[in-house]
Amino acid sequence: MPAAPLRRTVVRVDRLTKRFGAVTAIDGVSFSLAAGATVALLGGNGAGKTTTISILLGLLLPSEGTVEVLGEDMLHHRHRVLHRINFSSPYVEMPKRLTPFENLTVYGHLYGISNVRRRVEAIAEELMLTPFLKRPTGTLSAGQRSRVALAKALLNEPELLLLDELTASLDPDTADWVRGFLERYRVRTGATVLLASHNMLEVERLCSDVLMMKAGRIVDRGSPADLIARYGRRNLEEVFLDIARRSAEAAAQ
Amino acid sequence: MTGERAHAKAPPAFFSARRVWAMALRYFYLLRGSWPRIAELIYWPTVQVILWGLITRFFVTHSSWLAQAGGVLIAGVLLWDVLFRSQLGVAVSFLEEVWARNVGQLFVTPLQPYELMLSLAAMSLLRTLIGVVPAALIAIPLYSYSIFTMGLPLIAFFINLMIFGWAMGLAVSGCIMRYGLGAESLAWLAIFALAPLSGVYYPISTLPDWVQPLAWALPMSYVFEGMRAVMFEHIFRTDLILSALALNAVYLVAGGSAFLGFFRIARRHGLLLQMGE
Repeated sequence: MPAAPLRRTVVRVDRLTKRFGAVTAIDGVSFSLAAGATVALLGGNGAGKTTTISILLGLLLPSEGTVEVLGEDMLHHRHRVLHRINFSSPYVEMPKRLTPFENLTVYGHLYGISNVRRRVEAIAEELMLTPFLKRPTGTLSAGQRSRVALAKALLNEPELLLLDELTASLDPDTADWVRGFLERYRVRTGATVLLASHNMLEVERLCSDVLMMKAGRIVDRGSPADLIARYGRRNLEEVFLDIARRSAEAAAQ
Repeated sequence: MTGERAHAKAPPAFFSARRVWAMALRYFYLLRGSWPRIAELIYWPTVQVILWGLITRFFVTHSSWLAQAGGVLIAGVLLWDVLFRSQLGVAVSFLEEVWARNVGQLFVTPLQPYELMLSLAAMSLLRTLIGVVPAALIAIPLYSYSIFTMGLPLIAFFINLMIFGWAMGLAVSGCIMRYGLGAESLAWLAIFALAPLSGVYYPISTLPDWVQPLAWALPMSYVFEGMRAVMFEHIFRTDLILSALALNAVYLVAGGSAFLGFFRIARRHGLLLQMGE
């Protein structure tokens, strides 16, 4: 039987630790992401998901450990790869007084995209932003703003996309549409996606692998189907609750 | 369990002193938890008293001074505003990103911190020109004084004041990056702390002897002395301008380094994503 082709490693995280004073936000986290994978970072509030993503982006310096993204050391040479990655998070916004067109144009220039105007118009068309492209961003609905944020995240056609609670503020219909769009994008471009989410159905639908985080550590990992089978549960939500409560009970004893 | 609820049974009164107290308490908590806000309360009256005290002291003994060079106070105000707008232009442009909660998003693009610094300086120049040029033009019909009659020395004064404003603006922006919106008021008040030392409306020799070395450590003191030399003696003191330029080089490096240093601290503490909250 011929060996399956080895997929390139896009992200390699080794023994990553971040301490804020006496608080350890993440504690010896190690994982790697293969090219083209969509991996979920799951965990309750304060599990360390956003901290991990912030370090991957270079926004936060770790206390210990190494991070390699697209072959570059993110702690020392992040500017060599920032044009090849992108992210979206509810913790950041775009200037509300600017229109989506103006916002996306600014980001197009920051990412060094050639023919920014054409690219902005194309992504606006894909994400159905065209009717409100020239309206102030602050006047748009939450769903429209989320699509603008997604347009920003995809503007440079990133090879690595980091998404923090992508559909948190969206109604089910819009959230479903966004997930579908993201799936098509990944299939078309072969991009690698790391998704932090509290929505287990979203993770089951989009992700090939799951990293379960609790109290700053990765406590389990595997595909959604593997985890469901291993824990003898019906779905990922039950697995999530099982891990969260079992750990809490163990701590209580 | 008595079945009692925490809320009152009667409908809320039309007016409640308790609700007024609750809101006052809310603002007190805000004030108590923010040293920059408390400092600001003390700051303005103190600076005003020092500045106008020095102005009064000078004019008591030099009452004929203004008659020798009409417009010297207007020129001082306009040039001081160049400095203020330059500093504010950097700090407010940066604050725009903080208010928009956009800082984290900017720094995951290939944007380098020094590129942001350069763009802030460029915006500061534009904002200063937009703010000061109309005021200078209005002074011509209203007070029969044109600052443009200074000629080429005006450009040298303008450049020096802009550079010091950039240095201050970058240091202030760095503080905002480190301490958050609690330090926002620094954008408006930082430069005024230096006004009494700058000799905007009176010569540096008016200051107490022990303060004068501090004044001569500031580039704008040389600019305002140079302005008076042009207006009273009709000479352009290149020695003053060269001293101002040399000091500005030091301050610009210090301001830029402060910005970069605070950026590194913000990365270490995870402040870039939270900024604006």
